[in-house]
Amino acid sequence: MNDTPLFKVSGVSKFYGQRIGCKDVSFDLWPGEVLAIVGESGSGKTTLLNCLSTRLMPTAGSVEYRMRDGQFRDLYHMSEAERRFLMRTDWGFVHQNPADGLRMTVSAGANVGERLMAIGDRHYGNIRATATDWLSRVEISTDRIDDQPRAFSGGMRQRLQIARNLVTGPRLVFMDEPTGGLDVSVQARLLDLVRGLVNDLGLSAIVVTHDLAVARLLSHRMMVMKDGYVIEQGLTDRVLDDPREPYTQLLVSSILQV
Amino acid sequence: MATPLVVSEVFKSFTMHLRDGLKLAVVNDVNFSVASGECVVLGGPSGIGKSSILKMLYGNYAVDAGQILVAHRDRIVDVAAVDPRTVLDVRRHTMGYVSQFLRTVPRVSAIDVVAEPLLARGVDAGEARDKAAALLAGLNLPRELWNLPPATFSGGEQQRVNIARGFITDHRILLLDEPTASLDAANRKVVVSMIAAKKAEGVAMLGIFHDEEVREAVADRILDVSAFSPRKAVAA
Amino acid sequence: MTELASYNFAYLDEQTKRMIRRAILKAIAIPGYQVPFASREMPMPYGWGTGGVQVTAAIIGPEDVLKVIDQGADDTTNAVSIRAFFQKVADVAVTTHTADATIIQTRHRIPERKLSEGQVLVYQVPIPEPLRFLEPRETETRKMHALEEYGLMHVKLYEDIARHGRISTTYAYPVKVAGRYVMDPSPTPKFDNPKMHMSEALQLFGAGREKRIYAVPPHTDVVSLDFEDHPFEIQRFEQSCALCAAHGVYLDEVVLDDKGGRMFVCSDTDNCEDRREHGHSGEMLAPSKEAAE
Repeated sequence: MNDTPLFKVSGVSKFYGQRIGCKDVSFDLWPGEVLAIVGESGSGKTTLLNCLSTRLMPTAGSVEYRMRDGQFRDLYHMSEAERRFLMRTDWGFVHQNPADGLRMTVSAGANVGERLMAIGDRHYGNIRATATDWLSRVEISTDRIDDQPRAFSGGMRQRLQIARNLVTGPRLVFMDEPTGGLDVSVQARLLDLVRGLVNDLGLSAIVVTHDLAVARLLSHRMMVMKDGYVIEQGLTDRVLDDPREPYTQLLVSSILQV
Repeated sequence: MATPLVVSEVFKSFTMHLRDGLKLAVVNDVNFSVASGECVVLGGPSGIGKSSILKMLYGNYAVDAGQILVAHRDRIVDVAAVDPRTVLDVRRHTMGYVSQFLRTVPRVSAIDVVAEPLLARGVDAGEARDKAAALLAGLNLPRELWNLPPATFSGGEQQRVNIARGFITDHRILLLDEPTASLDAANRKVVVSMIAAKKAEGVAMLGIFHDEEVREAVADRILDVSAFSPRKAVAA
Repeated sequence: MTELASYNFAYLDEQTKRMIRRAILKAIAIPGYQVPFASREMPMPYGWGTGGVQVTAAIIGPEDVLKVIDQGADDTTNAVSIRAFFQKVADVAVTTHTADATIIQTRHRIPERKLSEGQVLVYQVPIPEPLRFLEPRETETRKMHALEEYGLMHVKLYEDIARHGRISTTYAYPVKVAGRYVMDPSPTPKFDNPKMHMSEALQLFGAGREKRIYAVPPHTDVVSLDFEDHPFEIQRFEQSCALCAAHGVYLDEVVLDDKGGRMFVCSDTDNCEDRREHGHSGEMLAPSKEAAE
C-alpha cells in the first residue's frame, strides 16, 4: 500500500453569509481510491466538491495536493496560473450536464484534443490519433470524430466529456452526478465504463451523487452529508450494509427495490 | 502463523432509528479463532447471527466492541478498528469471501468476474483468465456462458461463478456464506473437494453450510453461534 | 477651412488625444496586448473605421502625409471618405503613394511595398479578441491572455484541418507577438501576415466599437500559429495581375460578365499603378515583355 495520500483535506468550511454550505470537512484520499459523497439536494455535497476542486474558495480550511514531483502544495495558496494548469493536466472535472464541460460547437476530436493543445502539443496528426484512441476507449465510434457533440445523445456526450478529461492522464478526477439525467440503461453502461477506466488507470476520484447504487458500484469509501455536515463516513459496503446514523438509515431504506 | 484469524469479545447490535431507536442485540461476546488448514462451520438455527459474524469479519458490518484480528502481510490487523483503506487491502490480499448471491456488474463477462480478484493483485490478464477458465470448467459451468455477463444466469450458475471468484486467489482466510445452497449434488461434491484442496494449502476457512452432507464433509469443527446469542442469555 | 474653425485639429479634443496616446504608448510597451480606451463617438458609424480614425487623429500632425486604403485600394468609398475627413479636419497632405505616406490607415491590406522606418500603419479593427469565437466570456478571455493559455487558438486551427484538410482560415489569422500575446490582425488576409513580422514600420490597431487599442512596435517578432505537420502558408496565386503582370502579390478576382469571364488584378492599386508607370503591363493591356515570356 502506498502510504502517502494524494489529497489532504482539513477543516474545510464554506458559509454563504450566515448559512452553512459545508462545515468542517476533513479526509485524506489515497492514490487509486474512489470516494463517494452522497446526500440529498441542498446537503452541501456540491458546495464541498466545488471547494475541493478550487472552483469555489472556502471560508476556512485547507486542501493539500501531492504534485507530480511528490511535494504537497496548499491549493488555496497556489497562484491562479498554477491552479488552472493543474486543473487541465493532473485533474479532471466531469460535470453533470455535459454541455458545461464540453465545447458544444467544436468537433468531438477537438474537444478531446483541446487539453493536449493547451499543454503545447503542436502536431495535428498526433493529436488526432490520440483523440481517435480515446473515442474508442469511451466507446464512441471513431467515425464520429468530426461531429459536434450537439449531434450526440446524452450518454455519448457524457462519455465524450470523460475522454476529454482523461486524455492528459490526470491522477484525480472530480465527478458531479456523472450519471444524473441519463436513462437507466445508459447509466449502467457509463458506470461500467467509468469503473473500468478508474481501475485500469489507477485514478483517484471524488464522486458526488445522490444515487446510492452509483456509490456502491464506483466507490471504495463514502461520506454521507446532511445540512452541510459529514454525518457518517467509512467503507462503502459498511455504510450501505450497516448504516449507523438515522439519516443514513433513512437513505438506505429509501432505495427502491426492483 | 498458525492462527490467522482471532475473534475476541465482539459485540454487535443494530439501532433501528426508523423504529424509534429500537436496539437489536445480534451477538454478544463472540470469541473464537480459526487455524491454518482448518474449516470451522458456524452452527445454530437461522437468525442467530451466523451471517452477521461473517459480515463483521469482512468489514461490511461495524462492531460495537471487541477485536477481529487478522494476520495480514507480516502484521496483525484489527479489522474492527482500521481505516477503510486497510480493510480493502485485507480483502484484496488476505481474506476472501464467497457470498450467497453474486453482485453482478453490468456488461462484465463471467470469466472476467472470476479473474478480477487476481487482476486487482496485479496478476497478468492472460494468466488470470486461464486460471478462471480452469475453475469454471471444474465447476461444470457451460463454456458458452463464460463470455456472457452473469446477470441472466440461473441461481446455480451464478453461485458457481461466485465460488470460482472466491477460490481463484491464494487468500489465507476464506469466508464461505452458503456457497452450495443452490447447487446440485455433483457440483456440491466439486465444492467439497475444492474446500479440501484449500485446507491442504493451509487456508483458514469459516463457513455457513445448511446442507448437512456438505457440512459433515468439510467441517473440522462446528462453532455453535447460539452460545453468543443475547436471546439465549435472556432465556437462561 | 475657416468655416471649420470651431473644430479642434484632427477633430478630437486635446484631452481625448492624450488619453488615446497614453493607450497607444501602453500598447507599444506591451506588444500585442489589448489596451482598453475610452472610444469616442465619431461622425461615422461603427464598422466604418472609427477605431482607426481615432488612432490616426491622435497621432497625426500638420506635417504628416496620410494615405488611406480599403482592401488595397485608395479609391473606394471608405478610403475616400476617411481621407477627405482628415483633409477637412486636419488640413494634412494626402497621398496614394505608399512610399510618400507617413501614416497609412488601412482596413484590410498591408501595402505590397515594404514599409520603412518612420512610417505608421493604422489598422481599423472590427473584433480585436482572437479568442472570442470560441470563448464568449470577456472575463475568461482576459484571464486566458493573462495566463498565456492559448490552447484554444489551436482548437480553431484543428477544426479547420479536420473539416477542410488544411488550415482554411484565410484572414484574421492569429499571430503570436513578441513570443507572448496572441493577437488578431483582423481582418487582414493571411497573405499579409509575414509582412507584419520584423516590420520597420510601427503598426497600431484601433477597435472603436470594442474600445481596444493594440500595437506591434517596429522590429517585433510576429509568428503565425500553426501545427508542425500543417505549417502556416500564405495564399498562392497562379495568375499574375491582368494589368501590371505582377507575381507574388495579393490579387482580387473581378467578374467581367455573366458567362464566367473574369480577371485577376492587384489588390494594391498604388503598387499596380506604379508598376504600369514603370512599363509593366499584363494581358488585359497591350502585350508586354512579361506577357510574352
